[in-house]
Amino acid sequence: MSYIIEGRTGNWEMVIGLEIHAQVISNSKLFSGSPTDFGADPNSQVSFVDAAMPGMLPVLNKKCVEQAVKTGLGLNAQINLYSAFDRKNYFYADLPQGYQISQLYHPIVGNGKIEIDLEDGTTKFIGIERIHLEQDAGKSVHDQHPTKTYVDLNRSGIALMEIVSDPDLRSADEVAAYIRKIRTILRYLGTCDGNMDEGSMRCDVNVSVRRPGEEFGTRCEIKNVNSVRFASQAIAYEAARQVEILEDGGTIKQETRLFDANKMETRSMRSKEEAHDYRYFPDPDLPPLILEQSYVDAIKANMPELPDEKKARFIKDYGLKAYDASVLVADQARAHYFEEVAKNCKDPKLATTWVSVELFGALNKSGKTIEDSPVSSDYLVELIALIEDNTISGRIAKDVFAEMIESGKKPGDIVEEKGLKQITDSSSLDPIIDQILSDNTDKVEEYKSGKDKLFGFFVGQVMKQTGGKANPKMVNDRLKEKLQ
Amino acid sequence: MSSIDEKTIEKVANLARIEIDPADVSYFADQIKGVVDWIEQLSEVDTDNVKPLAVVDETSITMREDDITDGGYMEDVTKNAPESAYGFYVVPKVVE
Repeated sequence: MSYIIEGRTGNWEMVIGLEIHAQVISNSKLFSGSPTDFGADPNSQVSFVDAAMPGMLPVLNKKCVEQAVKTGLGLNAQINLYSAFDRKNYFYADLPQGYQISQLYHPIVGNGKIEIDLEDGTTKFIGIERIHLEQDAGKSVHDQHPTKTYVDLNRSGIALMEIVSDPDLRSADEVAAYIRKIRTILRYLGTCDGNMDEGSMRCDVNVSVRRPGEEFGTRCEIKNVNSVRFASQAIAYEAARQVEILEDGGTIKQETRLFDANKMETRSMRSKEEAHDYRYFPDPDLPPLILEQSYVDAIKANMPELPDEKKARFIKDYGLKAYDASVLVADQARAHYFEEVAKNCKDPKLATTWVSVELFGALNKSGKTIEDSPVSSDYLVELIALIEDNTISGRIAKDVFAEMIESGKKPGDIVEEKGLKQITDSSSLDPIIDQILSDNTDKVEEYKSGKDKLFGFFVGQVMKQTGGKANPKMVNDRLKEKLQ
Repeated sequence: MSSIDEKTIEKVANLARIEIDPADVSYFADQIKGVVDWIEQLSEVDTDNVKPLAVVDETSITMREDDITDGGYMEDVTKNAPESAYGFYVVPKVVE
């Protein structure tokens, strides 16, 4: 899918690359034994290592390494058996060491790629350049005091994976699809919870523009992009800003810019100019991280089913359309629910409709997640079974479903209580039909003299008389016979 | 010969947040230039076929289990801070 910005002097194309910082799921920090829970009291999850007290030494957390390897495998990437930690030096109040331990020269994960699903049904491969492990910084709170900043080091030292993409993205929509796909994969893997509003996934966006087909232009890095929506807005603003400058004959200065969600604009972060001189060097406290191939193979052997595999399987086993399948697998809990229903129904198409249209529609309406769905997958299976064995019609099923959403009751009980069972025997249906025909002799005459459209009227009357409980096929068959 | 000049000294001092009296810059430049020149003798050695070496003992890093064994002493970690409040470290405002 091509995406073009029409300027005054011709067309422009955006070139975008992303750095996603994903907080690793682990009990304790990357180099210390303090906990990683979100929302704890300030500085209550800080060890002397995290506070960078003199003489403290970092000790690497096994689990974080495993999580990074798992993530690399999930992004179809090269795992580097030799990696090493470097110091990235800069001063900031929430970085007590005066450097961040990161992996510049030998990252743990090298080149990979993922496939993103776009709304027009097409897919596109996006390259992954690298993933490295690094420490998170603490958190600065600027809005509690007019002249002071409050610093909480609870986040200081928590493991991050920085996932760097190739500059393969060409539109805000592709960026949104890419962020969502990475988030879905990380959640499937259980390596990052992907909660952007809690800051456990954050991204920096590199944006440049060029004439289609020409060399890459100079890029600007946009920081502080903390939701998929902000990413789209920041990119749209930044690309337009760059086109404006270039069309006026100016040049783009490579710089770090901050996205301001209130003003919907990006602006230069002048303080970052000098800070870019990070003077990286290998961390003398930490020997290299050398992994065995057998270790990587063991992790590979225990990988969960990933969204793309699940999507392919759903298409094959349950006859889903590609885009529907990609929407369904985007959320692991929803995919699981769907599968619980689909595999227990005779007709998977019925399962797809009831889960994707009826249930998800009802959940969206009430703002509920699948986890607190009032209708369990077992009950939905039961409802579909009632349709499949002709106990109730599809139309009545919708009423039963509405009641299930409302009360959480078992569908069989609702059908029983309200007497909603479908009328499927002609002995109970025939007297009703006969009565309707004898009450409407004029219409019967009209029908017989060629006014075929009146057939619908008779069906409607039967349905009305039976409270919608008559089996529609049987109503048609019996009516046709009697009206001959 | 190294390229340590007064400009480099000013830049490095700024990055390291070390305040240097302008009158002392050339004094430090001379000293650091001496140190760097001395180390640069190493460039006389042919290292074309030698892998870069960051640590002498290239056995792998030691790792620990993912257990919670530390933290939970907010008073202790903030004790040395020149200023703290409500469990936070307090510093002069740093924001753009």
